[in-house]
Amino acid sequence: MKKLIVDNKEYKSRLILGTGKYKDFSETKAAIESSACEIVTVAIRRMNIGQDENSQNLLNFISPEEYTILPNTAGCYTAKDAVRTCEIASELLEGRKLVKLEVLSQNKNLYPNIIETLKASEILIKKGFKVMVYTTDDPIVAKELENIGCECIMPLGSAIGSGLGIINEFNIREIIENSNVPIIVDAGVGTASDACIAMELGCDGVLMNTAVASAKNPILMANAMKMQSRQGEMHILQVEWKKNSMELRHPYPRV
Amino acid sequence: MKILLNNKSTLLDDGLTIKRLLDKINIQHKYFAVEVNQQIIPKSNHESFLIKEGDKIEIVTAIGGG
Repeated sequence: MKKLIVDNKEYKSRLILGTGKYKDFSETKAAIESSACEIVTVAIRRMNIGQDENSQNLLNFISPEEYTILPNTAGCYTAKDAVRTCEIASELLEGRKLVKLEVLSQNKNLYPNIIETLKASEILIKKGFKVMVYTTDDPIVAKELENIGCECIMPLGSAIGSGLGIINEFNIREIIENSNVPIIVDAGVGTASDACIAMELGCDGVLMNTAVASAKNPILMANAMKMQSRQGEMHILQVEWKKNSMELRHPYPRV
Repeated sequence: MKILLNNKSTLLDDGLTIKRLLDKINIQHKYFAVEVNQQIIPKSNHESFLIKEGDKIEIVTAIGGG
């Protein structure tokens, strides 16, 4: 199995955790520690000046010195907005250039707007950003994003926050087989076994937020995700997928 | 002078720099960015950048999100 290397840095953990929907920053921090993830994604927004200037900032809990902070463009619906958000993120993170690009199409299911995503990727890469890109599970689009120069392709398992898991394993396999960059399933993970399946399919990692943050006990759920993604990783070390195989769950015949 | 600070109309003393504005707001961490009229003002320019009447200033930070 390939090592997970993003922006020239090697990661032991295959998990990336989002930081939305937690009760408070202490719980966010505890869940992140429990998951043992090394990359944490954050959103970028204006501060509420006059209300909470003395309240704590997320990055006081999740230190950019300790974790790879992956700013995302959640809430952007155009390439222009997404590029602007990345530039702001880079300024506030002292020049760091690694970003998670997501350009959404509408509010209902938060599917990515591929046309704007392609445009934004091109602009960002020209500006020197390292782009981890949220996309659909379309293998052709994934390859195009790789050709443009994205650092990492992040196809959805299913719609953001839906918890439906990976609804098209065949497409995810197609994307993995055709790629030379890390493939990380982003969105749709509902259960710990979904994290395992993502890894069994041969993904390089899996990103999740709601499944952990909205659990009864996010800290225990984060640990379940850690263990299940590790299970999937151990599985994939023992098997080799046949090229163009449709035999998804039983990738090779017993000998 | 009157400016728009994070979309709120705000009265400030004339001749204020971004640095002085930030001192007044008293942000407790270093992870933020400042935009004036949609242009990012790098931290290295905060001391010299003078705020003008009608400027739209945005102070942005990282928050929880997936």
